[in-house]
Parts: sequence; structure tokens; C-alpha cells
Amino acid sequence: MNIWVFSQEASGAPTSGTLELLTKARELGTVTAFVGGDASAIAGALGEYGASKVYATGDLGGKLPGAAVSGAMKAVIDGGDTPDLIMFPQTTEGRDIMARLSVKLDRTVLTNNVDITADSGSVSVTTPIFGGNTLVTTKFAGAGPFLAAFRPKSFAAEPAGGAAAAVTAAPVPDLGATGAATVTAVHVEATTGPKLDEAAVVVSGGRGLGEQAKYEMVETLAKLLKGAPGASRAIVDAGWVPYSYQVGQTGKVVKPSIYIAVGISGATQHMVGMKGSKNIIAINKDKEAPIFGIADLGIVGDVHKVLPKLIEALQSRG
Amino acid sequence: MNVIVCVKQIPDPATPGALGADNTLKRDGKLILDESDSYGVEMALQLVDAAGGGEVSLVSMAPNGEVSGMRTALAMGAAKGVLVSDPALQGSDALTTAKVLAAAVNKLGGADLIIAATESSDGYTGTVPEQLAEVLGLPSVTFAKKVSVEGGTLKVARQTEAGYDEVTCPLPALISVTAGVVEPRYPSFKGIMAAKSKPVETVTAADLGVNPVGWAGAGQSIVSVTQAEARAAGEIIEDDGEGFAKIVAFLENLKVI
Repeated sequence: MNIWVFSQEASGAPTSGTLELLTKARELGTVTAFVGGDASAIAGALGEYGASKVYATGDLGGKLPGAAVSGAMKAVIDGGDTPDLIMFPQTTEGRDIMARLSVKLDRTVLTNNVDITADSGSVSVTTPIFGGNTLVTTKFAGAGPFLAAFRPKSFAAEPAGGAAAAVTAAPVPDLGATGAATVTAVHVEATTGPKLDEAAVVVSGGRGLGEQAKYEMVETLAKLLKGAPGASRAIVDAGWVPYSYQVGQTGKVVKPSIYIAVGISGATQHMVGMKGSKNIIAINKDKEAPIFGIADLGIVGDVHKVLPKLIEALQSRG
Repeated sequence: MNVIVCVKQIPDPATPGALGADNTLKRDGKLILDESDSYGVEMALQLVDAAGGGEVSLVSMAPNGEVSGMRTALAMGAAKGVLVSDPALQGSDALTTAKVLAAAVNKLGGADLIIAATESSDGYTGTVPEQLAEVLGLPSVTFAKKVSVEGGTLKVARQTEAGYDEVTCPLPALISVTAGVVEPRYPSFKGIMAAKSKPVETVTAADLGVNPVGWAGAGQSIVSVTQAEARAAGEIIEDDGEGFAKIVAFLENLKVI
């Protein structure tokens, strides 16, 4: 099976989501990495994780990837190299590119997947629904290319020791009106401490904190445990913390060894982003809150009473 | 400036979801306006207001001629809508949905700007806005968290993994907006009364000339639905003032502290 993996780069290296998909893809067939941008810095790593070939669009010149990279993919397919399957990381760019490409190819898309099986040309993916309580397995019908996006941390990334893959240019064709959106400035929000999706301990706050100022307790606790602070969608929407803090369906997927949910009820949206944590501690005043259904230790109580005492106890240990 | 907002009417997220016999989400009860779409409706109303003229229209796809969610958006201030309601649409995939919505947009004569949420709260495939833009041949800016129109050009702060990008885009265009982009207004009593007489045209997929739809048009079939492995029940205790000590002991046990 001929598989493309849409490959993303951050700070000069392939993203962890990219490496996870390359690792899984090489189990299923021959792997080509497709890069939206310049691939020279990451071609070595892409090869090491299983790509035997790399397509790269070259610098997108400020064009948004959705229209540009899907256009470049379509041009390669029209040129005669048709993959059976294209795997995308479930990211903003991955989603936009697969959506545009699905129209260009008139093929369905399946997103939010956590697993894939391929058996003599038949490809099925597994998707968690209802907050991860139920798993749906769906088979692609008709002819490929099949387009599927996978949630972060669905597969373990392991290098295969392959040589650097040769890079073939896949230039962006004329996009007409669809390519008219242009990036004029890029803003990176500063973060300190361990990265939310890589930290061994994550402490997340939710609406139960009551007000924005109380989020400081979450940050203090995270710092004491050398972890990263996170948040539910509710308080991100409310503007208490930036989007980059969000854990859940539309935010980061985390699998730390310890996840502490503070004042979070456990909406489906949130649970799918943290359910894979090894140990879950929840503090919430509503004993019916769904978060207690998955907690290893649940404290039914007022976060404004429990948290200060916990912080004090940890501080006194030095 | 005329704006069309894609609004989804969904089962109340506060009630547990369930699958029907064909493994699609049960949508036979009362449906409400997806909260994610209330931000787009508000954004549209503010942009039309700022432009000094024009109107906000709605497109929606829902079973059983459901309009209660659309009425909420009309009560907020939208002028009219097209509802695509057709039993044949049951089982439609995201691509078919985008084709149907594109036909509904065209039935309204298009618009300067089309707004959708980044994803729905029930199905959350998250690809329909960008697919819709491609079907309509429009440029798009997804994940907009701040939007303004200056001299026929969109200026958008687009949320990214690392922060945000400033993006410009000529009209006509499509944007998907994040929750929190604006504060949706509550419909006034006057608005609710006025919404009852605002026009909503109900059409079928065939009326719009879109086919095949539903399971016949979907490039996928559901093989199985299983229960995920449940986590073992944990220890849940009521805080008696010493709850924090339980947490300390738990962390000690795991050698975190």
C-alpha cells in the first residue's frame, strides 16, 4: 500500500504527531512524507522514521496551507502518483488540507481517529465518540485515496533508522480565488516550563475556580509538581487563559502520568483530551460530576479550600 | 454587506447522546442551535452593522423540518434562512453536507462572507467549513478569533498551535470562527416575537439538485460500535478538611514528591 503522511515541522524538527503517523504508516506500507514548505531541515528525520520519499511544496509565501498544500497534493496525483491512503495529524493545518483535498478528489474524510487497520486494500479507522466511552470502527468505501486524520498520541513514535529521504519538489499550482488568503504577520505566544502535551504532570483548571484570578492556584500547583498548567474549554472561551492551555477535543491531547483536574466537571469535550492519563485526580464540589467517573482519586469538595491547603502542604515540604 | 451563517441544530449537549439503529446520532428529539454557531451569528450581525447595511441569512441541514435552532438565530437578528430537510440525507458524510450547504448558499444568491463554526459540538468532523469554501471556489480563513472588514478586505487573527497569525483575504470569502470570538447576544423578547414570522424556506436535497446523498453518497460504512475499556473505579471521598492530605499521600505513593 502506498501511503502519504502529511508532515509538519516545528522549530526545525518534525512534530511529534508527524513522527507517530510515520511510525504507524511504515507498518502498513510504503511511506511518502508530504511537506507543506521547505523540507531540507527535516528530510533526515522523516527518513529515520520511515519515509522513503519526501514531497515538499517549498516556501508557501504566506499562503494558508489549506488551499495551497491540497492544491500541490492534487497536482502530484494528477501527475500519476496516486496514494492509497493519506494520513494527516489532527491539527488545524491537517484538517484544512484534507478538507480541501476531499472536494478536489471527491472523497470522504474521516477525522478524530485513534487507530487504523489495513488489510488487502481495505482500510478501517477507529474513532472515539461520547467522550471516549464508545469506539466506532468505520471502513472506507469505494476507491482511494482514503483521507484520514489521527488524534495526537494515537501511536508511539519509534525511529526505524532509515536513511534521509530524497526530496522531490511538489510546487503549489495556480489556486485562483481560493488561494487569496495571505498571512501578513506571525505571533508566537511565549510559554515557560514543560510543554503541556509533553509534561509528566498536568494540572488543569475549569469553571469551578469561579474567577480568573484563582487560576493562579493552578499555575502554582503545576510549578510545585514540575508540571504544566492546562485548562478546560470553558475558561479558554471566557478569556481567562490563552487557547494554547486548552486540553480536550479542540485543544491538546495529554497523557501525563498524573493529571489533576481542578473545578472541571468533565464535559465530553474535555475528557477526550485527557482520558489517557495514567493517574487522574479530580477536585470538584459536585459529586455527580462526570470527571469522578474516570478519577483514580476524587475529592468532593470546594477547590478554594482544598487547593490552598494542598499548595501549602507541598510548599512546606520544600 | 450580506453574510450567510451556517447553523447546525443539534440534540441538547446536556443530555447524553445515543446512536440509532443505523449507528447515526439520534436526532429525533427537539434540536437546539449549536452554541458554537451562536458566535458566528453574532459576528455576522456585528459585521453587517459595521458595514452600515445588508443582512444576515442562515443555511441549515436538519431532519424533520426542524427550525427551532434557526429561530434562535433569527431572534438574535438574522433576516431569513434556508433549511435543507430530507430523510434521504440521513447518514450523509461531511463532504455531502458541504455540497448540500453550498447549494443552499447558492439558492440564497451567495454572499460577501460566509461564516461557520470551526466544528459542530455533536459530530465535530471539523472539515465542513473548508470543504464548503472549496465547493464554492472561495478563499477561506479558518480558526478566526478576531475579524474585521476594511475596504472590502477581511482582516483576521487566526488561531494557531503556537499563537496567532494575522491574515488578510479579499471578499467574497468564508471564515470559521472559534468560540469566544464575540459575546453572543441574548435574543430580546421583541426579537423572539419577530423571529416567528421571518421566512425560512424548507427544501430537499433533490430540490437543490444534490445527489447522491445520505448513506448512498457517503464514502464510508460503519463496521462496528463497541464500548471502550472502562477505567477501574477510583476512590472518591468527601472533603472533610483533610482531603488535601489524601492527594499528598497519592502523589507520594507515585513518587512524584
